[in-house]
Amino acid sequence: MMSKFITLLPEELHASLQNKYNEGFIYLLDITAVDYSEYPQAKEEAYALVYIIRHKSFQEHILIKTYLHTLEIETVTDIFKGANWLEREVYDQYGITFLHHPNLRRILNHHQFVGHPLRKSYPITKGQLSYEVDDLIDEMNNRLLSKNVVCRLESGSFSECNKDLMFLNLGPSHPASHGTIRTYVALDGETVEAAVSEIGYLHRGFEKSCENHSYNQIVPYTDRLNYCSAISNNIAYVKTVEEMLGITLPLRAQAIRVMLLELSRIEDHVVCLAAVLVDMGGLTNYWYMYNPREDIYELLSKLTGARLTNSYMRVGGMTNDLYEGFEEDLKDVIKKVQYGVEETLSLIKHNRIFHDRTQNVGVINAQDALNASMTGPNLRASGVPFDMRKDTPYYGYENYTFDVIVGSVGDVYDRVMVRFGEIQESIKIIEQVMQNLPEGEVNIKDAAITLPHKEAVYNTIEGVMNHFKLTYEGVKVPAGEYYSSLEATNGELGFFIVSDGSGIPYKVKVKAPSFTAMSAYPDIIEGSQLADAILTLGSLNIIAGEMDR
Amino acid sequence: MEINTQTLPLETAITTRLDDAIGWARESSLWPMIFGTACCAIEFMSAAASKYDISRFGAEVVRFSPRQADLLIVAGTITYKQAPILKQIYDQMSEPKWVISMGACACSGGFYDNYSTMQGIDEIIPVDLYVGGCPPRPEALLDALLSLQKDLRTHTYNPDRHKDFKGLLDDV
Ligand code: SF4
Repeated sequence: MMSKFITLLPEELHASLQNKYNEGFIYLLDITAVDYSEYPQAKEEAYALVYIIRHKSFQEHILIKTYLHTLEIETVTDIFKGANWLEREVYDQYGITFLHHPNLRRILNHHQFVGHPLRKSYPITKGQLSYEVDDLIDEMNNRLLSKNVVCRLESGSFSECNKDLMFLNLGPSHPASHGTIRTYVALDGETVEAAVSEIGYLHRGFEKSCENHSYNQIVPYTDRLNYCSAISNNIAYVKTVEEMLGITLPLRAQAIRVMLLELSRIEDHVVCLAAVLVDMGGLTNYWYMYNPREDIYELLSKLTGARLTNSYMRVGGMTNDLYEGFEEDLKDVIKKVQYGVEETLSLIKHNRIFHDRTQNVGVINAQDALNASMTGPNLRASGVPFDMRKDTPYYGYENYTFDVIVGSVGDVYDRVMVRFGEIQESIKIIEQVMQNLPEGEVNIKDAAITLPHKEAVYNTIEGVMNHFKLTYEGVKVPAGEYYSSLEATNGELGFFIVSDGSGIPYKVKVKAPSFTAMSAYPDIIEGSQLADAILTLGSLNIIAGEMDR
Repeated sequence: MEINTQTLPLETAITTRLDDAIGWARESSLWPMIFGTACCAIEFMSAAASKYDISRFGAEVVRFSPRQADLLIVAGTITYKQAPILKQIYDQMSEPKWVISMGACACSGGFYDNYSTMQGIDEIIPVDLYVGGCPPRPEALLDALLSLQKDLRTHTYNPDRHKDFKGLLDDV
């Protein structure tokens, strides 16, 4: 199966996206480019842009492609706010200019970088040193200009501020910035007057690395996208590849994947909640919430061999079936999770400080959240009931009973409480899966996709050949382009893959939920207190590995 | 040097070598600064949480200010973009100081052999202990800590060990 594209001329693109927006495609998922210069079949032009947008019913998405005659195109930031950072990324990685973009500058690579790494002509290992960090002063001045705190002088430079502002860097090395996020703020007393965020400090070249690894070799890289819930990234990725191959998994494999997706959701939410409560000063909660995570680690290392970076999935299934006694262990872990959640809730539920610190803090309303392409629990906290498990079910999610938890205000409180609620719902799903776990295989039977059993490899020549060819050449995916996604812990996690028919993907692009959440962050915190800005960041659950890739 | 206060009568003087006393003090008052950027930092969180509990070894006063710390734990991938920041943090720490490089990425770039990832932090700052693993288990980090403490106690480390170190970002 491959995605269908609407192909447009670059001149028509802006108007047609506007039309689509008016028709109800109000939610921008991703913008990326493809460099076809080394693609085996000749294409119309060397570069194409791909826009992926979703309908407001959330059940349908479309892909729009435009081949570029020149490396320039009109920006769509005036339609979708979320396009801002996405376009910057395309500019940074491919060198395509977006005309009239409000702030077109590099985003993932450092400002001293020369060239555009995702172009096929850029050598994958050619690193470039950075000697100093970008001071972000002009970006800040533009921000202040838009708030009339400074004015533009005739000479083109900026005037002195008409307020007594203090400028401060939050991060990247700051305990509350999770090590890799930098926010440059202008403070008036304790109030954040203006803020600009800089990311890319953990840009590890995931997408370029995919271009010289075979499909199954990429699985460990996906672990390290959202490393707080590695298995859900594994699944989102292999699901995309499997759909390109047109295969359907055995029911048992599907059920195990659902169970592990939900377990990852719990695993991720507990660490997010533990961290946000620490940011608030509630260190005790950290111990209550983190201990069940250790229990989940224990279970996962028994199952997959690793605590954190599990690499459990393979194209066509998974490395091994559940072990004997898994079910009892799982029950035990769930009990501990429930205990941790109850204890934590009993500490905060009626706690005045908690309520005062979180309610009406860091608010983003539903419309802004949609326009900024926010997703997952962050979007649901603003009252938008978009959950792919309900809207576009996969792996039999339609057969499980569970609720979609939504908030009403979109503040820190809602984001925290939505996650608490989702832990409970995930437990419900896990219980239902384990009650009716189908028997059977966990891998599809296809010698071109799944590795043969070790017995066959050691004892038959066909087995050895099969093993060798699959390992050496990789699973061959038919040529084409495809986007697929699922509801990961932070929201819609999608993969856009271009295959040239070989065992190595031609291009992989991740639609990362944290990326768009982070792009909305400066707007959310402007006008709030500095301490609240820290809390807001924690409640958005930005995972740098996924954001910067 | 073992001191058992219960068996010591009041007003007792203990004679020891100054080096021993300093070594003993250093060993049990390491103040780590955690430079956590990626997945390895999550394993550091485990090391700090109740199950592994790094405070059992007298190194729990995690400081996020380099000026108050004497042990830098680099946990996670360091990209070229991050490198000048790591160097600045290291430079801000006062002597004597030690560096633990936690995880394959910090040690060698790990499996990120590409345009954006530094191929090991020892290209820019000197490292005292390397902890392998992707990510290392919390026990591995604790082991590194214990072996550093042993060096401090027995003062087997050489204060001039990094005298000739020259990183890629030095003198530019
Ligand atoms: S060594 Fe592995 S776990 Fe650690 S930061 Fe690198 S990729 Fe992540």
